[in-house]
Amino acid sequence: MSVTHRTPGGRRARGAPLTPRTAPYLLIAPFFVLFAIFGVFPLFYTGWVSLHDWDLISSGPHEFVGLENYRTLADDPDFRNAIVNTLGIFVLATVPQILIALGLAALLNQTLRARTFFRMGVLLPNVTSIAAVSIVFSQLFGREYGLVNYVLSLVGIDPVNWQAHKWSSWIAIATMVDWRWTGYNTLILLAAMQAIPSELYDAAKVDGATGFRAFRSVTVPMLRYTIMFVVVVATIGGIQLFAEPLLFDTSPASANGGAGREFQTIALYLYQTAFRSFDFGYAAAISWLLFLLVLLIAGLNALMVRRLGRGVR
Amino acid sequence: MSAQARPRPRRRRQPSAARNMTYVLLVLTVILSAFPIYWTFVVASSTNDIIADVPPPLTPGGHLQENVRAVFDNDSANFAKALVNTAIVSAVVSISVLVFSSLAGFAFAKMHFRGRNLALLLVIASLSIPMQLGVIPLYILMGKIGWNGDLKAVIVPFLVSAFGVFYMRQAISEAVPDELLDAGRIDGCGTLRLWANVVVPAVRPAAAVLGLFTFMMTWNDFLWPLVTLTPEDPTVQVSLATLASGYYQDYSLVLAGTALATVPLLVLFFVAGRQLIAGIMEGAVKG
Repeated sequence: MSVTHRTPGGRRARGAPLTPRTAPYLLIAPFFVLFAIFGVFPLFYTGWVSLHDWDLISSGPHEFVGLENYRTLADDPDFRNAIVNTLGIFVLATVPQILIALGLAALLNQTLRARTFFRMGVLLPNVTSIAAVSIVFSQLFGREYGLVNYVLSLVGIDPVNWQAHKWSSWIAIATMVDWRWTGYNTLILLAAMQAIPSELYDAAKVDGATGFRAFRSVTVPMLRYTIMFVVVVATIGGIQLFAEPLLFDTSPASANGGAGREFQTIALYLYQTAFRSFDFGYAAAISWLLFLLVLLIAGLNALMVRRLGRGVR
Repeated sequence: MSAQARPRPRRRRQPSAARNMTYVLLVLTVILSAFPIYWTFVVASSTNDIIADVPPPLTPGGHLQENVRAVFDNDSANFAKALVNTAIVSAVVSISVLVFSSLAGFAFAKMHFRGRNLALLLVIASLSIPMQLGVIPLYILMGKIGWNGDLKAVIVPFLVSAFGVFYMRQAISEAVPDELLDAGRIDGCGTLRLWANVVVPAVRPAAAVLGLFTFMMTWNDFLWPLVTLTPEDPTVQVSLATLASGYYQDYSLVLAGTALATVPLLVLFFVAGRQLIAGIMEGAVKG
């Protein structure tokens, strides 16, 4: 049954331009018009800008330079550094995050008292703003008066200058990411866990697998698509990691990601190139590369969503 | 085999030590979740001298009011304006996303038309493309139409959302029975009347979740507002960045601003957290 089916007597809606034939197109038109202007157009325009020597300072015509920006990019040590930083932070953030989320989801997947309280408790960090999280954690990780260094001093560890090294700044930023996202992913995994038929656990029990072994041999394999989905979303989030490294810096205005670019991520480098150096052509080349990367991941994602959908329906 | 001899208690009763451990771990998690927020209020209500104490203070001080006043009086942050701006932007974007998503979702869920599958595929494909990567062309585009620095620049591109369309399509195909639509049509309802009288009432819970999500996401959006808006006419997040950049050592000021920017979201969360959780978990199962 659908709206396009003839109404009795083929009668048209009163006076409206929304005939059954045109109605669906008019209903989806606002989305597609705005999407074309602010979604599709920027995608291709980025590619076009990336082929030019395009800066915002000189107002003359932008010189067409072909693939020059991409060649520069291939030899750019700062870009390479940004890739390494992004990957490093991504791994440091994602691996513990998924392990913790799995564990928490398993804990929550029992008959518990105060169920809603615990669920809200884990989700709480996710509703705070990224800027707020970055600012608060930068304070917590402060060298002089930071609470983290204070706690470390209690067990005899000297104060760490968290911004000064790659490893320490990566840990700090990964902590921010995990604090904000672990609870959200816990709920996603919990939902998937609850969808696992209990017969599987009964069968496992017959085979002698209970507790942690059942978790490993039933729960985790059944969650593999959900876990992949979470990883994909985390990857796309990782590519965009921006506010945390920007605000973690002791001089955020520079967008340098640490005095020696210790934690400058790709997105931060992109921002710096475009809005500090005003080199739009070059920044567009970075964007375009990232676009391709994200498209690739998004394609993977779409495939998986379809698979997941088929599995659950 | 021997376990089958007494099948009753094994599923329900766990060893109580493990059970207590579960509660201990969960309570610890909730404490870790809440602590940075709590800490924000501790710092926001203290003076900078107190924060520098060893050991650091763990309870709120009595200076919240003066710190909040300092935030509002700060010349470069324009915090009051930022709050108003953000409220306007978040509200307009949320309402618009709700209207357009439920209209398009209605078409996708309940109407057959040529090109539907292709169009839906486009929506799904665009789901995970981060808008962030388009900031450069968007900035150039906004420059050409003179919108940089204007609230329009952070509203108009977000009036629709692929996620919203997809989400409402799912909700409408499940919550709106075809018979109800047919009945409405026989009564002479046009498409828009069907939408308003049948579809919208049926998907109100899902719409509430989408509205909540959109509001929070818009409230929290950072990169694009930072790029296009000016510190003179900012959103809250931009204003926070200004505070953090200029007065980095003045923690009580900066965190008072952070606390102020977070309070509206916390209120929303405590009012509607249940629905939010249900929305996330349902979405996860549907994929």
